[in-house]
Amino acid sequence: MKRSSLWGWLWVLLGAVYFLLPLYGTFDFSLRAQRGKLSFTAYQSALTDPEFLRTFAFSFRMAVFTIILSILLIVPTAYWVHLRLRRLRPVVEFITLLPFVVPGIILVFGTIKLYSKPITLFGFTLLPALTNTHATTDILLVAGYSVLALPYMYRAVDTGLRTIDVRTLTEAAQSLGAGWGTILWRIILPNLRTALLSGALITFATVIGELTLATFLARPAFGPYLALLGNHKTYEPSALAIISFVITWAAMGVIQYISRGNPSQIAGGR
Amino acid sequence: MVNALPAQKLPVSKTTDRSWFWNWLGVIPFFIFAIAFLILPSISLFVGSFQDSKGDFTFANLQGLAEQSIVNAYWLSIRVSAVTALGGGLLGFLLAYAITLGGTPRWVRAAITTFSGVASNFAGVPLAFAFIATLGRTGFATVLFRDLFGFNIYSKGFNLYSFYGLSLTYLYFQFPLMVLIMAPALDGLRREWREASENLGASSAQYWRYVALPILLPSLLGTMILLFGNAFGAYATAYALTGGRLNLVTILIGAQMRGDVLHNPGLGYALAFGMVVIMAISIGLYTWLQRRTERWLK
Repeated sequence: MKRSSLWGWLWVLLGAVYFLLPLYGTFDFSLRAQRGKLSFTAYQSALTDPEFLRTFAFSFRMAVFTIILSILLIVPTAYWVHLRLRRLRPVVEFITLLPFVVPGIILVFGTIKLYSKPITLFGFTLLPALTNTHATTDILLVAGYSVLALPYMYRAVDTGLRTIDVRTLTEAAQSLGAGWGTILWRIILPNLRTALLSGALITFATVIGELTLATFLARPAFGPYLALLGNHKTYEPSALAIISFVITWAAMGVIQYISRGNPSQIAGGR
Repeated sequence: MVNALPAQKLPVSKTTDRSWFWNWLGVIPFFIFAIAFLILPSISLFVGSFQDSKGDFTFANLQGLAEQSIVNAYWLSIRVSAVTALGGGLLGFLLAYAITLGGTPRWVRAAITTFSGVASNFAGVPLAFAFIATLGRTGFATVLFRDLFGFNIYSKGFNLYSFYGLSLTYLYFQFPLMVLIMAPALDGLRREWREASENLGASSAQYWRYVALPILLPSLLGTMILLFGNAFGAYATAYALTGGRLNLVTILIGAQMRGDVLHNPGLGYALAFGMVVIMAISIGLYTWLQRRTERWLK
């Protein structure tokens, strides 16, 4: 056991160096905006740039819309599949895996190809070109983000549904006279709080700094701003990279914290 | 698999004519969404890769994929993905081993798992900046090596904006993913198997060679294939790191979208189609291998 523990420590140490060195390097670099001393000047100038505030607010809004849309789409579907349409399960699971097959760059390529021209059927316009106005482009952006979030959100909700006894809860609510809307809104959703929060946080962490979709749909999001900043500033990009890391870390930390309270051994719904 | 079980009699799923409609109503928005924003865009690329500029059917676009510059792009993408899948897979497996069976304390496992969750999601532009600040020409580690050991990694041929630099950067999100998937698999190795093989006189090496590795192999391979796909589809990190100088498939598709660098939209669609095929093969293999793993583990 002694020898194996030594090996274990060696790999942990190596892993820790790989994890921490780039973070430390970035942090160290971000403090050197003023020659000869360490300061938070880069953070100050990065955070007070009006363009930063504008793009960050935009990405924040897109993240919120994405989370709302994903929850509205996925919770009823996952619930129905759990309770009533078990045979659809493989189909739904297959669809939620597809975003791994179609990475962001392909997804946005296809979206632009499809929706940048009006969609017509027998010379009759069904849908105008969606990339022509900002509002409709934002719809495409949120839809694309929801696609990217699909695997994480579905998995979170699916795991959440497994840990509660959906059938008993539904029958109990029905016998007390609750309709489907009431059941979903007042029974299922509150029981999925933890799962939804996990899904929402991971979606938020993904969307807030996303580059590919936002760049090609030409929307003023935080990701493209950050990439542009990297071309003409020295220290500010590092400061914002550290801030992005803190956001990701906070999201994951909260997920870890909230999911500890309900371990998988309560999986009684099966 | 749940769907393989005989259908239970469910009181709530008694379907009458009216509830048939309600049964489907709950899933219809999801399917409409998936078709409109995932399946149709993909099909539109697929169709586009078989059309010429007038919209007539052609195989010319797919034949165009044999052009040297495109073959080079695929080859570079495949090499970066393969190297980071192997490297990340190996390092991730050893780290997963260390925190599960390696005899390290519990808090190490908690810390490494949390960190892996963060790092596997810390991709894209900020990751590229972190590596520039660390291993760029004036990066922290570069300067440290120079001052401490009098050794300039750049004069020894290292360059962050090259194949090796990009691979090193990708590893940052690759091996944590391996840790996250392999740790539960290693937990699934039962103590009884080890005890049984020890009772039969097997050494530790024999236990790993004949018992543990064969059980883990589908999971190991599957996860490495997943890592391959993960790197293959990455765009933001590579773009932010190299500014589009490294000729990866995703970078080429990006350039094509910006300004038709291939001078043929159909060829661009074929490029994307080829990529989806490679991604589909790797994700398909991954799911298949994960299912095989579940026979023993879980």
